[in-house]
Amino acid sequence: MTIISGKKREKIDRLAELAAREEERGVSLWQDAFRRLRRNPAAIVGAVILAIFVLVAVVGPFFVPYGPTDTIGIREGVVRVGQGLIPGHSAEHWLGYDHQGRDVFSRMIVGARQTLLVGVVATLIGLAIGALIGGVAGAAAGLGGRWGRWVDTVLMRFIDMLLAMPSLLLAVSIAALLGPSLTTVMIAVGMVSVPVFARLLRGSMIAQSNSDYVLAATSLGVRKSKIALAHVLPNSLAPVIVQATLTLATAIIEAAALSFLGLGNPDSATPEWGVMLADAQQWIGIRPALAIYPAVAIIITALGFTLLGEAMREALDPKLRK
Amino acid sequence: MFRFIVRRLLQLIPTLFGLSILLFIWLRRLPGGPETAILGERGTPEMRAAIRRNLGLDEPTLIQYGRFVRRMIRLDLGTSISTKREVTTEFLQRFPGTVELTITAMVIAIGIGIPLGYLAARRRGRFLDHASVGGSLIGICTPVFFLAYILKAIFSENLGWFPSSGRQDPTIGATRITNFFVLDGLMTREWDAAADALMHLVLPGLALASIPLAIIVRITRASVLEVLNEDFVRTAEAKGLTENVVRRRHVLRNAMLPVATSIGLLTGGLLSGAVLTETVFAFSGIGAFLADAINQRDYPVLMGFIMIIAVVYVLVNLIVDLSYSLIDPRVRVR
Amino acid sequence: MALLDVEELSVTFARRGQRTVRAVDGVSFSVDAGEVVGLVGESGCGKSVTSLAIMGLLPKQPGLQVAGKAVFDGTDLLQLDDRSRRDIRGRDVAMIFQDPLSSLNPVVPIGIQVTEVLTRHRGMRGETAAKEAAQLLDRVGIPDPKRRLKEYPHQLSGGMRQRALIAMAVACQPRLLIADEPTTALDVTIQAQILELLKELVRDSGTALVMITHDLGVVAGMCDTINVLYGGRVVETARRRPLFRQPRHPYTVGLLGSVPRLDAGRGERLNPIPGSVRDLLPWPDGCAFAPRCARRVDACVGEPPELVLTHDGRSYRCVNPAPVPGLTPGEEVREVVPGQATPGSVPAQAVPADPPAVPGLAAAPSEEETP
Repeated sequence: MTIISGKKREKIDRLAELAAREEERGVSLWQDAFRRLRRNPAAIVGAVILAIFVLVAVVGPFFVPYGPTDTIGIREGVVRVGQGLIPGHSAEHWLGYDHQGRDVFSRMIVGARQTLLVGVVATLIGLAIGALIGGVAGAAAGLGGRWGRWVDTVLMRFIDMLLAMPSLLLAVSIAALLGPSLTTVMIAVGMVSVPVFARLLRGSMIAQSNSDYVLAATSLGVRKSKIALAHVLPNSLAPVIVQATLTLATAIIEAAALSFLGLGNPDSATPEWGVMLADAQQWIGIRPALAIYPAVAIIITALGFTLLGEAMREALDPKLRK
Repeated sequence: MFRFIVRRLLQLIPTLFGLSILLFIWLRRLPGGPETAILGERGTPEMRAAIRRNLGLDEPTLIQYGRFVRRMIRLDLGTSISTKREVTTEFLQRFPGTVELTITAMVIAIGIGIPLGYLAARRRGRFLDHASVGGSLIGICTPVFFLAYILKAIFSENLGWFPSSGRQDPTIGATRITNFFVLDGLMTREWDAAADALMHLVLPGLALASIPLAIIVRITRASVLEVLNEDFVRTAEAKGLTENVVRRRHVLRNAMLPVATSIGLLTGGLLSGAVLTETVFAFSGIGAFLADAINQRDYPVLMGFIMIIAVVYVLVNLIVDLSYSLIDPRVRVR
Repeated sequence: MALLDVEELSVTFARRGQRTVRAVDGVSFSVDAGEVVGLVGESGCGKSVTSLAIMGLLPKQPGLQVAGKAVFDGTDLLQLDDRSRRDIRGRDVAMIFQDPLSSLNPVVPIGIQVTEVLTRHRGMRGETAAKEAAQLLDRVGIPDPKRRLKEYPHQLSGGMRQRALIAMAVACQPRLLIADEPTTALDVTIQAQILELLKELVRDSGTALVMITHDLGVVAGMCDTINVLYGGRVVETARRRPLFRQPRHPYTVGLLGSVPRLDAGRGERLNPIPGSVRDLLPWPDGCAFAPRCARRVDACVGEPPELVLTHDGRSYRCVNPAPVPGLTPGEEVREVVPGQATPGSVPAQAVPADPPAVPGLAAAPSEEETP
C-alpha cells in the first residue's frame, strides 16, 4: 500500500542512489592502489624527486657546461691542491672545482646517469636471481608435494647461508673476486639483495598457494605448473615490486660504501656520486663541500625511492586498505 | 624449551658445513693468492710456488678442505697468513671491540628509538611525529660512512668533545683482561680507562646507530598506532585505569612484540655498518681486519671469522626468539 | 529522576576533503536505576557509537564532535574532564564489549586484568585483590578460578573470556552497566548462559543495564524498555510487551517481521525488510527509513518526521505509523516534538567507503570456540 507520488519517489531513489554509488567504484588491486598512491603526499614527493633525477640523468649530460673530465681548474692555474687551493662556487663554476680542477657541477650532472645506472642494474641483478630462486622455491613448496618441499629446503638453506654473511662482507669478497670496477659494484650490490628478494617472493607465493582460489583451481584439475605461473606468481609480485623500489635506494647507498672502501671504479674519469663522495673524503679538510654535494644528492635520491616505495607498500597493503 | 634450543643448535651444523664449502670454493677462486699479497708483483714463480707449498695450497682443494674440517672439529681455526698468529687469538682480540661498538649502537638505537617512536605515535600528525618520521627517513638514506665523517668533523675535530679515533688512549696504560675495554676498566677499577673507552665509543656508536635507530622509530610508531586501535586498549580505558597503567601494561607491552623481532634482525645486520664506522674512526674491531684479510687473501682468517660470525648471528636470533616467547605467552617455542 | 539521561546526543566525524559523517544524530533515551534498557537496530545504526560516546571512549581524532548531554546521576558525562571521567569509568559505569578475545589483553594474565580494576577503584592490593578477583571469577561462573587467574586469554574458551570480561565490569558493583552486543561473537548455547548470567547479576545487585543488540530475541528475554534506532536516531521507544505486541514504527514492524517464529503457519513466509541499511535518506531530507519503507507516503520526504508521544507512554518518529485496531489515528497522541536535524551532514551509513575509524564498529570477527 505504497501511497507516493512519482516525483517524490524519484527524489528518494536519487538520494539513496547517491549514497550507494561510491561503493560501486570497486576496481582492481592495482588501479585501487594507484588511486590511493595519488592521494598520498609522500608518494607525490617521492615521484617528483625521482622524475627530476631521471630527467637529469637522461638529458642532463647533453647540456653540461664543461666536460666532466676536463681539468680546467689546473689548466687555468686556479686549483693548486698542494697549497690547499680548491676554489668554491663562482658564476662560471656553480659548485666550484674538485681536487683535479674539474667542474663539480658538470660532474654531478653526468654522475647522476652513472648513479642511476648502478642502482638500476644492481637492483635488476638482485631481482632476477632472487626472484628465480624464490620463485622456484615458492612454487615447489606451495604446490610440489614432497619433492617440492625438498627443493625448497635446499634452496632456502642456501639463502640462509647468504644471509648469515654480513652483507658488506659478501659485497667486498665479490668485489675482490672481480677486481675494482663499476661492474663489480653493480654485481656485488645486486648479490647482496638476492636473499631478500628470494625470501620475499617465496613467502608471498606460499601464502598465495594456501588461498582458496588455488584450491579451487587444483580441484578443477588445472595443471600445477600452470597454476604457479598463471595465478600464484602474478598475485605474489606486489611485495617484490615494492621491495625493488626500496632496494634502488639501498643500492645507491651501498654502492657509495663500496666505493668508499676502494672497490669502486678506480678510474674517476667517469663520475659517479659514490666515487665522488669517497674521493672527496681526502679533501674534507680543505673543502668539505666536495663531499657534501654528492652526499646530499645521494640522500635525496635515496629518499625519493624510499618515499615512493613506502607509499606503494602502504597502498598495496590489504590490511591498510579498509 | 630445552628441546627447541638443542634443535636450533643442531640445525646450525648443516648451515655451517654448507657455508664452509661455499666459502672454500669461492676463496680459492679469488685471483691472486696470499703469495701475491706477500711478494707483491715482483716474486719469481719459484718463490710463489714455495710459498704455496708452505701453506699447503698446492694440494687439491678437496684435501685442503678435509684438513680444514678436521681442524675445525677440534675448534682449531688455524694461523693467519699475514700476522702469523692464531686465528682464534686474533678474533678474541678484535671481536670485543666490535661487540662493544654494536652494543653501544643498539643501546643508543633502542634507548632513543622506542620512546621517540612511542611519542610520535601518541602525537600523531603533530610536529614531533612528522619530525621523527622525516628524520628517520633521512637516517635510513644517509650513507653510514658519510655520517661518521660528519660526526667526526663536528664533534671531534671542531668541538673537541670526543676523541676522533681508536678505542682507548694508549697513554692510559690500561690493564687488559677480556679485551672489552669498558668492562676491563670496571673490573680493574681503572675508572679513567673505562671512561676513556666509553668516550671513544660515543661517535662511532652514534654513526652506527643511525640506521637501526631510524628503523626502530618507524616500527615502534607503526606498532603503537596499531595497538592503540586494539579492542583491549579500549577495555582498559573502560575500566577507568590511569593513563600510566594503560600505556605501560596494555599499549607498550603489546607494541614491543614486533620491535623485539626487528631488534634481533638489526643486531645481526650491524656488522656491515661496523666495518665502515671502524674504518672511519680507526677503531680496531674485526671490520677493518676482515677487509684487510680479503685484500691479503688471508684464507684462514676469512674462513674462521666468517664462520664465527655466522654462529654469532644464529645465536643472536635464537636469543631473540627465546625472549620473544617470554613477552608473548601465545608463542610457545617447540 | 532517571539514572542516565541521554539528550539529543549526536556524534559527527569530520574528515578533511570528505563529507562530514554523522554517526549518531540526536539520540535521546533514559535509563532508570535497576532498569534494563535495550538499544536495538541493524549494524551501522549508531548504537555502538552511542555507547562509546557516553563512556567517552571514542578515539580522539581531529574532526570528532560530540554534542548533546549524557547526564548520569546529576553530572553530564560529556562535560567531565579526563580525570574525573576515569574515576567514574569502571567504578560507577562499566562496559562489556562484543568480541571477548580481542577485548582482552593477550599478553597479560587474566588475574592482573581483573585485579587492576580492584586496585584502581577499590584500593585493593596483593593477596586481598587476588582473593577478591578469584571470588569475582567464581561469581560469574568460571570454575577453578584460582588457576584461571594465572592463565592468559588465549587459554580460555570464548564463553569463559566473556565471563572474565563481565567479572572485570562488575568488579566495583557499578550502578550502570553497558553491554555492547555481549553475545554476538559467541555460540548460541553459550549466548543463553551469558544472558542468564547478566540477568542474574543485574537482579542481585540492582545495577541498571543498557543492552545494545541487533538481536530481538535477546531484547525479548531481558529488556524492560526498548529503543529502536535507525540511521543514528531513536525511531521508537516502548516498554517490552507493548512493543512486541503492537509495534508502531514501520521499521520496528519490519524488524519483528524478519524474525522466524515457531508459531507461524507453515505457509507463512518471512518478511525481510527490502533494501539495505545504506539505502537511506539523510534525516534533513525526510525520514531516513523512507527508501525501504512499505508505508511511505508523500509526507515522508521533505522534512524530518516529528517525534510523537502517546498517552500510553510510548513514542515513535513516523508520519504514517502502523495502525492500532480500535484507535482512530491522532486520538492517542499526547504531544508532538518537531524533529530537528543539522543540515548538510550525511549519516554514517550513507558513506560506504572509508567508514569512521572506530574500533569495534567493524564487522564482528567470527568467533572460534577453542576449548
